[in-house]
Amino acid sequence: MSTSVKSGARQAMFSRRKRTNAIALTLSLAAMGFGLFWLAWILWETLRLGLSGIAPATFTQSTPPPNDAGGLANAIFGSLTMVGVATLVGTPIGILAGIYLVEYNARGWLASATRFVSDILLSAPSIVIGLFIFEVMVVRMGSFSGWAGAMALALIVIPVVIRTTENMLKLVPPGLREAAYALGAPKWKVILAITLRAARAGVITGVLLAVARIAGETAPLLFTALSNQFWSADLASPMASLPVVIFQFAMSPYENWQHLAWAGVFLITLAVLGLNILARVMTRNK
Amino acid sequence: MSGAPAGVPDTRANGYNSMSFTATLEPAAAAPARPSDATMSPPPPIRRARTGIADRLFAWAARGAALLTLGLLVAIMASLVVGAWPAIRAFGPGFVTSAVWDPVRQEFGGLVMIYGTVVTSLIALLIAVPVSFGIALFLTELSPAWLKRPLGTAIELLAAIPSIVYGMWGLLVFAPILSAWVQRPLQGWFGQVPVLGALFSGPPVGIGILSAGIILAIMIIPFIASVMRDVFEVTPALLKESAYGLGATTWEVVWRVVLPYTKTGVIGGIMLGLGRALGETMAVTFVIGNMNQLGSLSLFEAANSITSALANEFAEAGPGLHQASLIYLGLVLFFITFVVLACSKLLLARLAKGEGTKS
Repeated sequence: MSTSVKSGARQAMFSRRKRTNAIALTLSLAAMGFGLFWLAWILWETLRLGLSGIAPATFTQSTPPPNDAGGLANAIFGSLTMVGVATLVGTPIGILAGIYLVEYNARGWLASATRFVSDILLSAPSIVIGLFIFEVMVVRMGSFSGWAGAMALALIVIPVVIRTTENMLKLVPPGLREAAYALGAPKWKVILAITLRAARAGVITGVLLAVARIAGETAPLLFTALSNQFWSADLASPMASLPVVIFQFAMSPYENWQHLAWAGVFLITLAVLGLNILARVMTRNK
Repeated sequence: MSGAPAGVPDTRANGYNSMSFTATLEPAAAAPARPSDATMSPPPPIRRARTGIADRLFAWAARGAALLTLGLLVAIMASLVVGAWPAIRAFGPGFVTSAVWDPVRQEFGGLVMIYGTVVTSLIALLIAVPVSFGIALFLTELSPAWLKRPLGTAIELLAAIPSIVYGMWGLLVFAPILSAWVQRPLQGWFGQVPVLGALFSGPPVGIGILSAGIILAIMIIPFIASVMRDVFEVTPALLKESAYGLGATTWEVVWRVVLPYTKTGVIGGIMLGLGRALGETMAVTFVIGNMNQLGSLSLFEAANSITSALANEFAEAGPGLHQASLIYLGLVLFFITFVVLACSKLLLARLAKGEGTKS
């Protein structure tokens, strides 16, 4: 084999490798564009179709019958109430369990098992949570209720808060704890006044993300809180919520219902993305 | 008694008998902490007892919260089994292979829904895995440093959009466009080709298995992409630099060095995405068409999935076999996602463990 042939083959291989590389990197760029394209498209349509449905009546009137004027006031109120109750119930449990995972026997069987289960629950189908609450609350109490909806959402809050609390507490330097112990502080005080305080921003971020997550959840509410066409502040009776009303209205053939559904989609997207961005900004400043 | 340390007041010897070993030790242990005589005010006992209680209460609360989380999983499983029991007794394991779903004749089988769930999730993976790999590659190797964060955040925001928004957008915006620009041309080109024609048969209305799969793909891209990006970033710089030093191209470094090193993590990320896709409810319910059929294998045909059957039928199903069968479906879904997510978690944990030892 002459050297010129050899170098020719090498040259060919070199250019083939370069070509493969160029193609792969172009495809990678295209993949990035693909992802951004959907985000832009969905947000654009939400904005375009949602804004046109927003009117003062959206916030002051309850959901109308077909082909009648109305708003989403009862659904907005129901969503806020159930999300609020769920956050109040789920957050302390999540934070306490997160504390257990870091501060108490972090390598014991209970901590390992809880970590595992919490991570599974984080991604478990939310509709199954709805089934669970249906079984233990709706069947027992004999009716759909706002409480049941709030509890279903609370169960979704817990793993989100556990995850962030654990991660944030782990970042607190051990020296801080040791200094507090050296001053004679009891353990609970060290945890509440020193470690949790140092990790405050991160824990709040976790709570915000949890709120954002449950604000848009529909599946667990379908057969726990059901929905309610009228204004109701009674958590013991069926309660409307934005996602369920959107589901109901979007699938309907009535034009005014569909407009309201788009308005609801716009409000939910705005709230959820706003909370997400706020959470990110908070951790960045930290 | 004879072993009592020196310098301990001898008064204690009278009052205690030799059996209460702990009782005799207690003052002995406390003694060194106390200065030589009793002139100082005696603060410790009460306060220490109180902080002891507070400490114990707090520890119990923390342990209780952890146990509650653990118990939640058990309770969910148990309640599903109890709720599904009538259907389990009536149909047994044959439930998952029977395609009959007839509330009038009270005969139920879950094959149609299980098929819908599995096929839409597989279509989603088929699209999402290569795209996520591309995005992760872009974010770790190509992107200029100042763009990494905003682009990464943008992709993660895709995960934050509620599924109901995907659903409504998919039904009212995406489906008509898919029908006009993808389904009709595909039918025109391949309608007469034997195998492909069967895949593309059916009404091109934009609703069905294909659109559900595509929308699921968009929804799970951020999950897979961010896991891939995170595991790519744990690859030791030394390995990558060695490969670059030998003259490897960026693609060769990623394909031959980074990917083999992070294999378990990448598979874990894909499993996580699969778990998400299997359990996704609202987006699928909007666009899958909710029709109980298994007659054609067409991708355009409307179908049903476990989650959409639950969302549509459960609130209306009366108590009895119908409801129990739906809960049975939920149990099957929970079992599948549990296995998938557990695998994902174990694979990711294995990579995290190997992180410190390799390289």
